[in-house]
Amino acid sequence: MRDVAVIGIGITKFGELWDKSFRNLIAEAGAKAIIDSGISGKELNAIYVGSMSAGRFIGQENIGTLVSDASGFSHLHIPTVRVESADASGGLAFRQGYLSVASGMNDIVVVGGVEKMTDVIGIEATDTLATGLDQEWEAFFGSTLAAEYAMIATKHMHDYNTTREQLAQVAVKNHANGALNPNAQYRRAMPIESILRSPMEAYPLSMMDSAPVSDGAAAVILCPADKAKKYTKKPVKIIGSGQASDTLALHGRKKICTFESTVKAAEMAYRQSGKKPSDINVAEVHDCYTISEILAIEDLGFIKKGEGGSAIDKKITTLDGKLPVNTSGGLKSKGHPLGATGIAQVVEIVTQLRGDADQRQVKNAKIGLTQNVGGVGASCVVHIMEGM
Amino acid sequence: MDKVGIISYGAHIPRFRIKTEEIAKAWGKDPITISKGLGINEKSVPSPDQDVATISVEAARAALKRININPQEIGAIYVGSESHPYAVKPTGTIVGEAIRATPLLMVADYEFACKAATAGIQTCMSLVKADMIKYGMAIGSDTSQAAPGDALEYAASAGGAAFIIGNQNIIASINDTCSYTTDTPDFWRREGKKYPAHGGRFTGTPAYFKHITNNAKNLMEKLDTKPQDYKYAIFHQPNGKFPVRVAKMLGFSIEQIQQGLLCPNIGNTYSGATMLGLASVLDVAKPGDRIFLTSYGSGAGSDAFDITVTQNIKKLKKNNAPLVSELIENKKYVDYSTYAKYRDLLYYD
Amino acid sequence: MVDGAVPRFWREIPQRYNLVGNICQSCKKIYFPPREYCPVCRRKSMGKMKDITLSGKGKIITYSIIHTGTSQFEPLVPYPMAIVELDEGPRITTQIVDCEIDQVKIGKKVEIVFRKIQQDGHIGAIYYGYKFKLVDGDK
Repeated sequence: MRDVAVIGIGITKFGELWDKSFRNLIAEAGAKAIIDSGISGKELNAIYVGSMSAGRFIGQENIGTLVSDASGFSHLHIPTVRVESADASGGLAFRQGYLSVASGMNDIVVVGGVEKMTDVIGIEATDTLATGLDQEWEAFFGSTLAAEYAMIATKHMHDYNTTREQLAQVAVKNHANGALNPNAQYRRAMPIESILRSPMEAYPLSMMDSAPVSDGAAAVILCPADKAKKYTKKPVKIIGSGQASDTLALHGRKKICTFESTVKAAEMAYRQSGKKPSDINVAEVHDCYTISEILAIEDLGFIKKGEGGSAIDKKITTLDGKLPVNTSGGLKSKGHPLGATGIAQVVEIVTQLRGDADQRQVKNAKIGLTQNVGGVGASCVVHIMEGM
Repeated sequence: MDKVGIISYGAHIPRFRIKTEEIAKAWGKDPITISKGLGINEKSVPSPDQDVATISVEAARAALKRININPQEIGAIYVGSESHPYAVKPTGTIVGEAIRATPLLMVADYEFACKAATAGIQTCMSLVKADMIKYGMAIGSDTSQAAPGDALEYAASAGGAAFIIGNQNIIASINDTCSYTTDTPDFWRREGKKYPAHGGRFTGTPAYFKHITNNAKNLMEKLDTKPQDYKYAIFHQPNGKFPVRVAKMLGFSIEQIQQGLLCPNIGNTYSGATMLGLASVLDVAKPGDRIFLTSYGSGAGSDAFDITVTQNIKKLKKNNAPLVSELIENKKYVDYSTYAKYRDLLYYD
Repeated sequence: MVDGAVPRFWREIPQRYNLVGNICQSCKKIYFPPREYCPVCRRKSMGKMKDITLSGKGKIITYSIIHTGTSQFEPLVPYPMAIVELDEGPRITTQIVDCEIDQVKIGKKVEIVFRKIQQDGHIGAIYYGYKFKLVDGDK
């Protein structure tokens, strides 16, 4: 297995993009990544794309081929792979692309993530998000994605005295960061009152505890690390990759307040990279709900189990804290086009490790981590990267 | 008659209630006039996840909780209702599956306005007497609709009861039964229509009163009994006034009908009405008590029963399931807009 | 044409109506819904899984109150959704009914009731199944 580097990144604005179609979005992100990397399209050996539910959102399957076609590569007849793992589709596509280059099967690949969620009306989005749950034993009986995470929050509050205020502070922090991100869906700081007073979605999580419905796409270019400097002055090496799964339904887990899939995926990535949680300088985690970020910083080993809430109080994860988390604004403020999120996280970490994050820049960021979760912790993909 | 009777019973009434005055206010009517005139204070309302199938299953399961029989030995289930969830696909099949009585089982759904379930009792009686089945179950349950703003809206409610009929360990012997049936168009619902129609005051004397009084007199003549021979009497209760009047006409006292008169507190549960009245009486009856029950179904017909409670009622594990009085007391009020949402009165796609 | 999954629903009637799970004859662990084989004993359990009917009694492990439901459940909002641990061990996700919202608490005992879960519009089939109510009712 050889080392792999990220040599190019591209991302669209995230938001309710009425004028952009699925095809527009992935073509834009892909083109930006290719131009940023310095490769020519002809050098691509494969296309990997993560998309959770194009079938329900735009009625389209055969996504791999569609992405190649929309990007203008059909005449090259490149192999395309569409990857699905609910909203970890992006992160999993990244891992699949990485494995194909590390194994020597491919040299240069583009990995994209894309979702077009606003072509369906309101409740259809809720129904579609629920397909990441156990359809027969959770969603059939009336549960929703928000309700499942809310049940985790209820238990976390019961077992560890985590408060709604601490959950809200996660949203406040991420909106403050998102205000500094030109591509974010929401670019305005939010005071804690507006989080706490927003309508309930599934108690104890309110609308403002929840990531929005978004359109968007992101893409990265991978190549063998020993060739990276041929293309770019600031390559970033993937030093650890981990992936794990668990039971589909939350009620099948051994523990409600721990995502074993995150713990195991992180263990894999830490072991491969030879790094410990304390070595990480900046992290992008999967805050589909505020409680998800609290769980993430515990399960990734940054904070002891149960102390996620007080870590927020101690401002450990703010932009100028000991370990900045979600400098991009997270899913909450940056937006959460499901399949794109995993790649967008990589784009932010690469930006940080290149020193290109402007007002969001973490000083001396050398090692970064991404954590992308599918459904309610049903799967998790973790990557650790280092500036070269 | 050969020995046959009730060996267990169970009831179910949904938790929500709406007051008569709440409905009257919605339609700009004087609440006191309406509640006094109808003798109804409030009625039961099913939530959107309740229907005749769910109420029937709860009542059937309650009946089975009170005795120790193998549900596989139930040979027949008849569910009587005016608001079966399917026009074609019997509620009895859903109940049969839910109480694990399938597959060796006779099932059919009955319809005869408010007396569909007592017809079911008669059928179970005959199957048991003919030795064709060991136990039969007759269920009466309804979530009847009334057109918004119609007089029936104050009464049409939801609830049901299930009776297991057999010839061993009888808790209440059914000594005899008789029926009185004519073609009388007092109240009906056309195929495919959501709400029933009725003949207004025509539903009184030529319909309800004629059929109940004639049938009741018939049974008492056949058995050579008088109203005074009975501890309890139960009559069909479309409102709180009719049963009181018909009792008086026949010579029964208000004390005799009190225990079985539920309409003032839960409204008219249609096919569940006399069944719930009987369940309420059995909740308190003692061995030796004699019960006179006369149901009425529009269209029109009446079924009458002469019942004697036996010593075995003391062995019935009554407290394994809620008593009718407990079901009546377990309530939560809703306003008219919630009622309209639950009863699907607001049309939206 | 109806949109629903009628055969799949029918297949699951024993689970939805009567909580029929299965037990591994080898290690005696109970599963709901029933499994092809026991994840613990694996191939040793093949052919050794036996149907078992659960009692329908359990307790609340955690819960949420749903204010934004999926399309089938919008008429019921706000409604409680809970993870219930059945007395026999397995956990399920289910609605809690017949109580005030603030009565739903971690640890409370619950028991099974029979309700309509979904329906396929006004033409398709109706899907019944389990919900749970608090054992101590409104107290």
